[in-house]
Amino acid sequence: MSLLDRVRALLGNDAVDVAASPDGVPRVAPASPDAVALLLGTAREQGWRVRLEGAGTWMPGDAPADLALTTRRLDKIPAIEPQDLSATAEAGIGCDLLRQQLADRGTWLALDPPGLAGRSLGSVVATATAGPLRNAFGGVRDHLLGVTFVTGDGRIVQSGGRVMKNVAGYDLTKLEAGGFGAFGVIVLAHLRLRALPRADQTLVLEGPRPDLTQVAEDITAAGIEPAALELMSPALARRERWALALRFAGSAAVVAAEEAGLRAATGGRFAALRADEAHGLWMRAGESFAARPVAFRVGGLPDSSDELLDLLQHQVGDEWISASPAIGAIRWGGETTVDRLRRLRRTLAGLEVPLTLERAPWPVRSAVGHFGAYREGVGPLVAGLRRTFDPGEALVVAVEGTE
Amino acid sequence: MTDATLVDALAGIVGARQVRVTPAERLTYARDALPTHRRVPRVAVLPANRDELVALVRLLAALEVAFVARGAGTGLSGGALADASAVLIVLTRLDRILRLDPTNRVAVVEPGVVNARLSAAAAPFGLRYGPDPSSETACTVGGNVAENAGGPHCLKYGVTTHHVLALEVILADGSVVELGSPGGEAWGPDLVGLFVGSEGTFGIATRIAVRLLPVPRAVRTLLVDFTSLRAAGEAVSAIIASGIVPAALEMMDQSCIQAVEDSVYAAGYPRDAAAVLLLDLDGPRDEAIDADGETIAELVRAHGARSVRGARDAEERERLWLGRKKAFGALGRLSRDLVVQDAVVPRSALPAVLETIATIAARYGVAVSNVFHAGDGNLHPNIAFDRRVPGLEARVEAASAEIMAACIAAGGTITGEHGVGLDKLRYMPLVFDGDSLAAMDALRRVWDPQARANPGKVIPVQACREWTQARSARFEPVERVTLGAEALGPVGAVDDSEGRG
Repeated sequence: MSLLDRVRALLGNDAVDVAASPDGVPRVAPASPDAVALLLGTAREQGWRVRLEGAGTWMPGDAPADLALTTRRLDKIPAIEPQDLSATAEAGIGCDLLRQQLADRGTWLALDPPGLAGRSLGSVVATATAGPLRNAFGGVRDHLLGVTFVTGDGRIVQSGGRVMKNVAGYDLTKLEAGGFGAFGVIVLAHLRLRALPRADQTLVLEGPRPDLTQVAEDITAAGIEPAALELMSPALARRERWALALRFAGSAAVVAAEEAGLRAATGGRFAALRADEAHGLWMRAGESFAARPVAFRVGGLPDSSDELLDLLQHQVGDEWISASPAIGAIRWGGETTVDRLRRLRRTLAGLEVPLTLERAPWPVRSAVGHFGAYREGVGPLVAGLRRTFDPGEALVVAVEGTE
Repeated sequence: MTDATLVDALAGIVGARQVRVTPAERLTYARDALPTHRRVPRVAVLPANRDELVALVRLLAALEVAFVARGAGTGLSGGALADASAVLIVLTRLDRILRLDPTNRVAVVEPGVVNARLSAAAAPFGLRYGPDPSSETACTVGGNVAENAGGPHCLKYGVTTHHVLALEVILADGSVVELGSPGGEAWGPDLVGLFVGSEGTFGIATRIAVRLLPVPRAVRTLLVDFTSLRAAGEAVSAIIASGIVPAALEMMDQSCIQAVEDSVYAAGYPRDAAAVLLLDLDGPRDEAIDADGETIAELVRAHGARSVRGARDAEERERLWLGRKKAFGALGRLSRDLVVQDAVVPRSALPAVLETIATIAARYGVAVSNVFHAGDGNLHPNIAFDRRVPGLEARVEAASAEIMAACIAAGGTITGEHGVGLDKLRYMPLVFDGDSLAAMDALRRVWDPQARANPGKVIPVQACREWTQARSARFEPVERVTLGAEALGPVGAVDDSEGRG
């Protein structure tokens, strides 16, 4: 029996009745967590190598594999609880659809990941790609109350729950958020929500980059707490010069007070955007990273932002940059080589700054690895986690490079 | 090996004075702050610094002896208790604040630093450490990391895991690993996130880098009182759904109010109220929080609040909060023993669950007082009792178990901030299936293949399904540590060989 016949017998025709990938690898779309478990259990037995896909808009679907597992049919939203500010969503749901349904219930997932609007929730969680809202609302992991995932050998594991605080057992959710699918396939996530902000105002200041990082420092020192405080390269912001974009979100009173505080601290130099302009700015900036072949993030101390940006400019260029200087997080997009990425990662490691490769074509990500230049003792732990959660190495993920 | 040989070897590292061997000395460490568990360690040892700690763990690795790390002993799950097979490593002497970086709002501390001392040290820079457990003046940051501790102000600012950037950890095999980076980005998967809340079963944190928060420029404290517990619960839901996130949103029921008002911590709570809510609103600007305060006052009145009172000044605010923070102590005066419970429910389930708890308490004839983090749905139903009364402890345990089951049935879980330790082991299979428990046990063995760090805690291993994993040099198959039946039996029946004081 061929691989596809086998999968048809296991999961039914529906699961394989989707277009194959451009490279001819058959695509399988299980419709339930149990079906994912069945498929991966069989993959383990048969020695199939499986690559993971969501909507297919972020990580290129180009890893060498026997089949591609897409979560696109895991697209339900079993629960939205406005009274609890929590929701449960399957991993294959598109972020745009999820956002719309949440908004209809007066709720908001305060995450603005890079990529196209239809990017799947599972992709965002697996890659831990937070956007500018990380400034006030934290990384992807801070929005997760729990996840359900399927290990590489087909076991369904639940961690966390749907309540706000939870220390029952080990926090396996942290392994899955940012694990790039190397430690299992996320099938369901319990999300922590906010109330949909009544007021949402974006303001922008253009100028030379060092001036803007200084302004960002002044804003933090003045005790102003914007939802986003993002430094964007000219190409990313589609402006002549670098742009510092601020976003205030909350009740009308809070936003008005914050805007007044900003005027007092910076002398009214920021220009307020209309709602449609603001939407365009944030959305286009996020989408830009899906249009560049390579994206990575680095995280340093806030006061090293300028130094890190200089380093990036010198080693890989700074055409597509989005940085949250108040928390030291930087996202880079563009075109570069394996050698440059390796050298940059080594240089950054010397500064105690990790580089996480967020997307790249397979030849680049398999050579560079999503992770690398580990600190003391990290390598054996990561290897142990891989052996534990994907013992047959069924999941094709470029955890580490080949250097 | 004999105890004498072990003691000599330990003394060789820390000096004889810091090895506690006599029964009286060891009894000091037989309990944490939960009175229903008692275990006497084989020996207790108090290293003076990181190097001694590392040397101790390496010695115990070579001898294949189990160990348990302990901070101030304020835990509430029996998590830091060691039995006669394990060495207790007491970390209170590792109490140095190694670095305070106001520019980047980062501090690096040793595990024995007391929580409130870190905030005090940061205060001159207009900064503080976020998580504020009620035991903040005694508990240690290392213990907070192990338990992923919370506190009233975690509603807005998050629990311990949201504040830890990097860790240096010594694993049970004696190797030292560096997790996380000063900026908080991980080297690979989020190992810091995995370690925080692992209850001392993955290793011992030797250095902890935490994020500091600015001290809020504007704070308002509101005391709201209700004539019905259900109305108070419904008001909490309404506040949460409004989108305003108070810095803290705490509830105390009448029995708790009475206990506080009868104590030296009397805060002026209305004694005849069925429940009070204590709220903090904070932020950078007065105008904004005043507007939020107005909105909340309208909301709670619409939900049946009898009165809304704002603290007039810092002194009154402090008094109102001291009453809340010392409520556990005040409850301790009610009776000889107190079980401080911990569970979490979806916030919309609070009114119904509070009524269920009252029904359960009445059925078992036990006195339950509620003081808890209402904004997070994190309940602390506390049962005061006297264990000398025949049969009462069994009723307390049965009532506790039923309360846990009710919280799970409402969509909640068995612990929000106190940890599983020994106390919640038997409830874990009610929340997680055999595969999920096995995944947790397998995770633990990545860090500690022999399960020598804090053995017998967190995971009820006999409830785990079998787990296969690829072999490797680091992964020598080891025998499962089997828990004695006592770990799952009635609480209080454990290790009673030396009698009760």
